[in-house]
Amino acid sequence: MTAGAVMRTVLLLVLVAFLVTPQSFAPVFEPLTRYGAPAIYAQGSLVDITLSHLGITLVATLAATLVAVGLAIVVTRPFGAEFLPLSRSISHIGQTFPPVAVLAMAVPVLGFGTEPTLVALFLYGLLPIFENAIAGLSGVSREVREAARGMGMTGWQRLARVELPLALPVMLTGIRVSAVIALSTATIGSTVAAKTLGEVIIAGLTTNNTAFVLQGGLIVGALAILINDGLMALERLLRRRNGLADTTAR
Amino acid sequence: MAARSQDAMASPPRRTGGGVDFSALLSRFDRLGVIVALIVAAGSLALPFVTFKANRIAPGQPLGISEALAFPEGPVFQAVILAGALVALIRLPSSLRLAAGLLLIAALGLMLGVAATGLMPEGSRVARVSPAAGFWLLVFAFALVAADALARMQLGPMTRLGLLALVALGLGLMLWSGLWDDVSILREYANRGAAFRSEAQTHFALAFGSLGAATLIGVPLGILSYRNRALRTGVLNSLNVVQTIPSIALFGLLIAPLSWVAANIPGASALGVSGIGFAPAMLALFGYSLLPIVANTVAGLEATPEPVRQAARGMGMTRRQILTKVELPLALPVIIAGIRIVLVQNIGLATIAALIGGGGFGVFVFQGIGQTAMDLVLLGAVPTVALAMAAAIVLDAVVDLASPGQARPR
Amino acid sequence: MIEIDALTRVYGTTAVVDNVSLTVPRGEICVVVGTSGSGKTTLLRMINRLVEPSSGSVRIGGEDTRGFVAYQLRRRIGYVIQGNGLFPHHTVGQNIATVPSLLNWDKARIRARVDELLTLFQLDPEDYRDRMPRQLSGGQQQRIGVARALAAEPEILLMDEPFGALDPVIRSKAQADLLAIQRRFGTTIMLVTHDMTEAMALGTRIAVMDAGKLLQYAPPAEIISRPATVFVDALIGSGDRPFRMLALQKVRDHVEPGAAAGLPIDEEASLREAYAECLWSGRDAVPVVRDGALVGRITLARLTALAARPQ
Repeated sequence: MTAGAVMRTVLLLVLVAFLVTPQSFAPVFEPLTRYGAPAIYAQGSLVDITLSHLGITLVATLAATLVAVGLAIVVTRPFGAEFLPLSRSISHIGQTFPPVAVLAMAVPVLGFGTEPTLVALFLYGLLPIFENAIAGLSGVSREVREAARGMGMTGWQRLARVELPLALPVMLTGIRVSAVIALSTATIGSTVAAKTLGEVIIAGLTTNNTAFVLQGGLIVGALAILINDGLMALERLLRRRNGLADTTAR
Repeated sequence: MAARSQDAMASPPRRTGGGVDFSALLSRFDRLGVIVALIVAAGSLALPFVTFKANRIAPGQPLGISEALAFPEGPVFQAVILAGALVALIRLPSSLRLAAGLLLIAALGLMLGVAATGLMPEGSRVARVSPAAGFWLLVFAFALVAADALARMQLGPMTRLGLLALVALGLGLMLWSGLWDDVSILREYANRGAAFRSEAQTHFALAFGSLGAATLIGVPLGILSYRNRALRTGVLNSLNVVQTIPSIALFGLLIAPLSWVAANIPGASALGVSGIGFAPAMLALFGYSLLPIVANTVAGLEATPEPVRQAARGMGMTRRQILTKVELPLALPVIIAGIRIVLVQNIGLATIAALIGGGGFGVFVFQGIGQTAMDLVLLGAVPTVALAMAAAIVLDAVVDLASPGQARPR
Repeated sequence: MIEIDALTRVYGTTAVVDNVSLTVPRGEICVVVGTSGSGKTTLLRMINRLVEPSSGSVRIGGEDTRGFVAYQLRRRIGYVIQGNGLFPHHTVGQNIATVPSLLNWDKARIRARVDELLTLFQLDPEDYRDRMPRQLSGGQQQRIGVARALAAEPEILLMDEPFGALDPVIRSKAQADLLAIQRRFGTTIMLVTHDMTEAMALGTRIAVMDAGKLLQYAPPAEIISRPATVFVDALIGSGDRPFRMLALQKVRDHVEPGAAAGLPIDEEASLREAYAECLWSGRDAVPVVRDGALVGRITLARLTALAARPQ
């Protein structure tokens, strides 16, 4: 086990311990409170809030993955090729939209609550996955495609047996980026009344309770690091399985 | 790309059969145009064009184009939109489609202003006319036409900048003419002119200030990391962790140490350092900015082709000369691409600074959400989006300009 | 047997392949030579319908290829490309098994075939079956590419610059391997190259193409001795003609009785090698051996006569 892996395991264990028995960590946060304010957020169970936060992130990212990969497949087939340049530039432009702005602009249309947050996360999450899926699918080398066709694979066989498996690691990079953005934006979702960890941070900000801010921030930060690293490890595994050099950037 | 063109080659020659050939008929239309026409139909017929509210938080009354616009403007605009949909349907040169797309968006803007002025009760200061789903959908449809044309034309950097200036000019004219003064977002602006200008300044200061600091520190750090492998791993890994932490969490995490600094280091609070407000926002944005700049500097320097580096050495250049005369100039486009990522990202993230009292356009967004006043949300969100897009377009062009004769780094 | 009849492919207004007709008899190797842009690759790709002909027809074993679904046709025809196109995410064994598994062979049969081919290409199945392509040398990857094309026992093998990426030493070994395997399976081969030396070394017949047209289709000796056009002549290289002629024949067929001094040469060597040996060692004749036993000699005079243009 490398030092990094040890640190991550410790991080995971501390996170789980904190979520299960937050009160036992009260002495750690006590010095940050003033005027006898509570050291641990107690307006809701931290486990519930965390699970809800993760659930929103997961659902949005999964939905975005399905739709974005589907769209990427369509525009990389001959019948959808006409839409490739446009869809590329839409996703390029779309990613300049700040996620917060997307979230804020979803409210007039969808109202408050978990749903608008989900929709905003889903919409924004499409872009990195779509862009990476296209990069992955069109990154399959000319020789490999030619060989697959020349050996008599049908279009679907080429897609399922050659293009998708080879594109998977690159797609996963997009999914990872999306998941981390979704996790982050979900935090802000609490300002539009979604049940996420942002609730803890904002409660701390509005009541001047640094302990709340810190514990909310620490949980979200730890989740982000763990999810990012987990997906990165999966990417490396897939690249190795794909017989490619390990080039997982950053 | 390759496989597609092969598949296109492999398609059997077109045979013309008897009867109605639907595919031939369809091929006369632009396929995107069909989609655009459907969106236009939905946007102009099925969805409200504007929402009228007796006051800013009252429930809105959705109005279609024919209800929102009187005779003769209503039918005239309807005709313009219909003509726009037809233009989208027909295969035309990209430059014409681009012009048509932009003109139609301008026409929609005009239409919105006319509708707002017409609907506004005389002398009312509390009524609101806001653009509704139909308006946004129509803008989206015609923006698709323009974006498609742009994607096909592959304009050079100077032309793109010129086009951006033209669009900015058009927007400025619209705002200056007072045409939109009765539109809800500008009503909000009218009430908050001074606040808007000061928050805009803060937003700029946050986004560009953190970028400037990160560039000053990030590029040298990138050069050092390029030279020293151990340093590189450490620096990139820790910056990666910073980059991963969600913004609001990072803002929050900085509160505790900065409060401590403000309270315990003499003179710190006099310099404006405090737990909440501008300082932690600036510091967090700076932290986020470092990774793309350092990583791109390293990647750009590493991408110098080995033969070029060997040739430079062979001609007797010192390490320093190789760096300044060969590696850095070649890495420049990649470094600027990093700066583009940072700027676009920071313009967006600066919005969140408002949550910790750091100011910026986010103030209006979160105030608006708090008061369920959507026009106020838009007053914060629209400039942010426009600013981010403009920054992206400008810096994409700069990247192109900085890479003569090179493939464009992405 | 491959019968190509008036095959044409037009892109826009240019005919990339222009009315080409030729027949490759069963078990022969037809090498298509031409410069880049001559249409040789397009001609090859029309045979397995990777490119659809604009007009004309191709018959394989008497059957018109238009009667097949394109991908089913391709499964019956082996196909090797430059840079081999091995699937990087599949093991060597899975790569070779590609077409058999598309044809739903049962597992045991596939496995036996994979091992047979690996052995044939001098790669130990136990060692190589589960390796990834990246773990192989360029020459090994190329062999796997050919093995994969032969896996489903095709009657026909199409090869597009198959040795283009190999260095000269490995290339001549790969060419020799191909000839050995072709003799063993009796596969009809159509191979595309821009290298005339390779064409001479492999082809029982050579088709020379330029600007989409078939200039000449003949056995190598005829191409050298009676080039149909100035272009064919230039492709052979006038300075190389006598040596190419000698390279086509073996010492075996021209042994004379008699003795000669010095190091002997094997009867399987080409006349070109014998000629070079005479010149280099300054001898008028060289002894010839078969399996190490002396069988006669070959003379410089005879070689010189054979290098002359056939009348």
